[in-house]
Amino acid sequence: MSAAANSADLTRATAADLAARLAAGEVSSVEVTQAHLDRIAAVDGDVHAFLHVNAAALETAAQVDADRAAGVALPELAGMPIAIKDVLCTLDMPSTSGSKILEGWVPPYDATVVARLRAARMIPLGKTNMDEFAMGSSTEHSAYGPTRNPWDLERIPGGSGGGSAAAVSAFEAPVALGSDTGGSIRQPAAVTGSVGVKPTYGAVSRYGAIALASSLDQVGPVSRSVLDAALVHDVIGGHDARDATSIPDAWPSMAEAARRGAQGDVLKGLRVGVVRELRGESGGFQAGVKQRFEETLDLLAGAGAEIVEVSAPNFEYAVAAYYLILPAEASSNLAKFDSVRFGLRVEVPGGTVEDVMAATREAGFGPEVKRRIILGTYALSAGYYDAYYGSAQKVRTLIQRDFAAAFEKADILVSPSAPTTAFRFGEKLADPLAMYLNDVTTIPANLAGVPGMGLPMGLAPEDSLPTGLQLMAPAREDARLYEAGAAIEALLETHWGGPLWAQVPALSGSASNGGAR
Amino acid sequence: MSEITPERVAYLAQLARIALTPDEIETLTGELGAIVDAVATVQQVATPDVPATSHPIPLTGGMRPDVPGVTLTTEQALAGAPDHDGSRFRVTAILGEEQ
Amino acid sequence: MARAELMDFDTALELFEPVLGFEVHVELSTKTKMFSDAPNPAFSANEVTDANTAITPVCLGLPGSLPVVNEQAVRYSISLGLALGCQIAPMSRFARKNYFYPDLAKNYQISQYDEPIAFEGTLEVELEDGTLVQVPIERAHMEEDAGKLTHVGGSTGRIQGAESSLVDYNRAGVPLVEIVTKPIVGAEHRAPELARAYVSTIRDIVRALGISEARMERGNLRCDANVSLRPRGEQKLGIRTETKNVNSLRSVERAVRYEIQRQAAILAKGGTITQETRHWHEDTGTTSPGRPKSDADDYRYFPEPDLLPVVPSPALIDELRDALPEPPAARRRRLKEEWGFTDLEFRDVVNSGLLVEVADTVAAGASPQQARKWWTGEIARIANAQDAEPGSLISASDVAAVVELVESGALTDRLARQVVEGVIAGEGTPAEVVAARGLQVVSDDGALIAAVDAALAEQPDVLEKIRDGKVQAAGAVIGAVMKAMGGKADAARVRELVLERAQA
Repeated sequence: MSAAANSADLTRATAADLAARLAAGEVSSVEVTQAHLDRIAAVDGDVHAFLHVNAAALETAAQVDADRAAGVALPELAGMPIAIKDVLCTLDMPSTSGSKILEGWVPPYDATVVARLRAARMIPLGKTNMDEFAMGSSTEHSAYGPTRNPWDLERIPGGSGGGSAAAVSAFEAPVALGSDTGGSIRQPAAVTGSVGVKPTYGAVSRYGAIALASSLDQVGPVSRSVLDAALVHDVIGGHDARDATSIPDAWPSMAEAARRGAQGDVLKGLRVGVVRELRGESGGFQAGVKQRFEETLDLLAGAGAEIVEVSAPNFEYAVAAYYLILPAEASSNLAKFDSVRFGLRVEVPGGTVEDVMAATREAGFGPEVKRRIILGTYALSAGYYDAYYGSAQKVRTLIQRDFAAAFEKADILVSPSAPTTAFRFGEKLADPLAMYLNDVTTIPANLAGVPGMGLPMGLAPEDSLPTGLQLMAPAREDARLYEAGAAIEALLETHWGGPLWAQVPALSGSASNGGAR
Repeated sequence: MSEITPERVAYLAQLARIALTPDEIETLTGELGAIVDAVATVQQVATPDVPATSHPIPLTGGMRPDVPGVTLTTEQALAGAPDHDGSRFRVTAILGEEQ
Repeated sequence: MARAELMDFDTALELFEPVLGFEVHVELSTKTKMFSDAPNPAFSANEVTDANTAITPVCLGLPGSLPVVNEQAVRYSISLGLALGCQIAPMSRFARKNYFYPDLAKNYQISQYDEPIAFEGTLEVELEDGTLVQVPIERAHMEEDAGKLTHVGGSTGRIQGAESSLVDYNRAGVPLVEIVTKPIVGAEHRAPELARAYVSTIRDIVRALGISEARMERGNLRCDANVSLRPRGEQKLGIRTETKNVNSLRSVERAVRYEIQRQAAILAKGGTITQETRHWHEDTGTTSPGRPKSDADDYRYFPEPDLLPVVPSPALIDELRDALPEPPAARRRRLKEEWGFTDLEFRDVVNSGLLVEVADTVAAGASPQQARKWWTGEIARIANAQDAEPGSLISASDVAAVVELVESGALTDRLARQVVEGVIAGEGTPAEVVAARGLQVVSDDGALIAAVDAALAEQPDVLEKIRDGKVQAAGAVIGAVMKAMGGKADAARVRELVLERAQA
């Protein structure tokens, strides 16, 4: 290891910085990977971001180093470690989607995004924790125990992708992959002070992502900076013939957009639309979240952005529509877990295969999964389809119309990423509806398929916990998000005097935490 | 009030092949009742003139050419199976004794 | 119901009017499956034999896998829709049909529900006597087949009493088109005949289109026959049964006849028909109730979110319409003309369901009369004895090869029948059977002359008669020669030689 590169430097560096140092030969992939494995060994006992750590990570890193030494031309992120949400299928690691019903299951294939990471010579560090089948906003519904928020170990890291967000904010991984069906990338990013992007529906392949709700799911990057998210997006994005809903268009470089945003003057004249219904004037929004949001708007105005208020009256019905469409699709997607071809089987002495299936699903699914399957079965069942699922699909049309009207007036839309900061474990577990409402800000983007980004918006004054700013752009305009996001990030970091993550408290297990303030 | 009764929950659980316990049925009846009341608000704006959207991005096609690809080996296919006979997946008898 | 309890068919028709409906499933012979690039077992060149070898993560419904529509299957479906006189939907959609069954990998079937690719058509079906019937088609939609279950334990390999079942997903995802008719009224006593003719017509169409191998015994073409009866004068449709597992043209006809007789017997006694699925049993010629599916009334259809709407371009539809083969009735008229068959001869071929086989044999070089003779004669006889479809026993090119051997004099008719038997028994091509069984006609005059001379020497009295001009006496010598040659001689040539040598 070179003298300058101690382990903490490597774990607290951005992926963009690490990539440059790797390319320049200043550090090796083995050193970077080892530093992150050491960090995982030190803190993951507290954080529990990982369900599985890749035993072959160092070996893979050594191959990249060998190729680099041999002069092989390598992609930009070659040798970069990355954490992978357990919802994604990996050939060499179990893929459980946080469920007991898939405990130990190793798929015979890689998800397209995982195959693309490997093709880009990135180093899979391991699989991250999540709410079972991505149903939840806290990781409390993981069958393998919750992940803890690195900012306060007594609090939730958000969900469903709490593991990926916590891994990044606890410096266990420079970047990670998540999946976002109703906010599972953006809400965890908000409550852990990290960056997360839900791309345009169809911008990133869903092949090999264990489906929750097929018309809402989207895989995306999790990171500590907008540029890092963009670099990962460029690796995983683009058309995939194995996903019929994948958009066949060519895409611009998201990393270029982010670099343009960080350096240029893109905020001047940018029409920033504030969605009135998500501004926090009606109940459920924490005061500190609203305060930081209004301050951010002021900063944006100061930087020359044009703040316009837009109305999206049908967003009021988004949560209701979402909790019909999602359970309906999930009830069907999760029917395959039946004890025949993979996963758990619970034998029933003297029982029929039907009894075995029912007993397996009873034992293998957690309460939230059962709740949503039953709800979805109801929404689709004979005599109720039109009233529930059919109506929800119509609300979807209305929400798309609201977005279309809003984007007439604004280039990007903004809102808080989540109505509150991280709540305490158990706080919302007894009230499923309260938990569902935590997604009120993020759900509209999934219903309409538009891209959304969550980035740090400062700490709430009352609890010193991270808040998140959400940006939304029209469908296919992901590059616009990265450009504006990088500009806003630069503006906020200048205002704060450094990145928000620099304020993460030291974790007890962390050995060398030199950069912490 | 919603139409969520314990009988309906039991029926839905049977359709969804989940052997819920009586306690679970009771708990779910209450929870689902509240959730269904909340989500039923979609009916307020879902008027007949509004078309349904089943797919967020309006695309069509997305088809593939009729060209064979790589198949799984039988070993790969059976690797995750709870029970098999070396080439096929094994399941418990489909019909009960009484049938 | 035992056959003795059935109502006599003619009496049943006096009391009740039969109403038919058919759901025919056609397995398309694309190279790959409907939603996966796994090889399609319904395309026999793929030679799928061992269990669970023609599968991908999609066929097994593995978590994370996604379906992608086979473009060729859509083209085939459009062609079939057009051939059925249907309108092609400018936009159609796939939907999920949700029910649990171990042969259904995802526990939902991807099918089409209220937006099928083809709808509102009419199919012209010709009955045995040439009567044309217009069968109204409601829809034709695309879907995927399920895997295959084998029941283990229990005495008969049936589902009842089995201890466990084994699942092979090779067939899972095979592309299907399901053709659904509207209720067919007015067939009256010809209902069983119409049933057979309808399925036969669909078979001819899909073969002519080249979109399915259409072998009923292999399940490429499967017919569910709906039958209901209503009392004479009644407008309301009666309660129907759906008979499945009808795997040959002959059984389609028999099953419909049986259901008419069974239902009539129940209704005449004041009973009611149970709306149910029934299974046809070829061995007993009866139907029995199938297992009621508990989820049958609540499939929870919804638009398949993993797939996009199918929007065929008008240009594609026009292209496929222009490429359609002749409609079967027109084709029949043309072939009858070209082959120079009498009404009786042609109807014999059509009613035996052998039109395609004869046409293929003619195309392979045989004369129409010879092709007809072999298919409706010897091959049909063997097929009947084996309870098989003639077309499944021997290929048209093999039949043409046999005809060629006969016409060149290499085989006698009698030897040719042995060759056909050998080919059907799997002994190889006609040439291989001829060689292996040593069936060549002895065309070496030297050997024949020796045999003729020997026979004449043994029957000097006959020789005298021939020399006296009583030519018909030669028969006894010819018979002796043929016997000596083991039948492998051309009798006409032997006769010539006998007359020649007698004068020598």
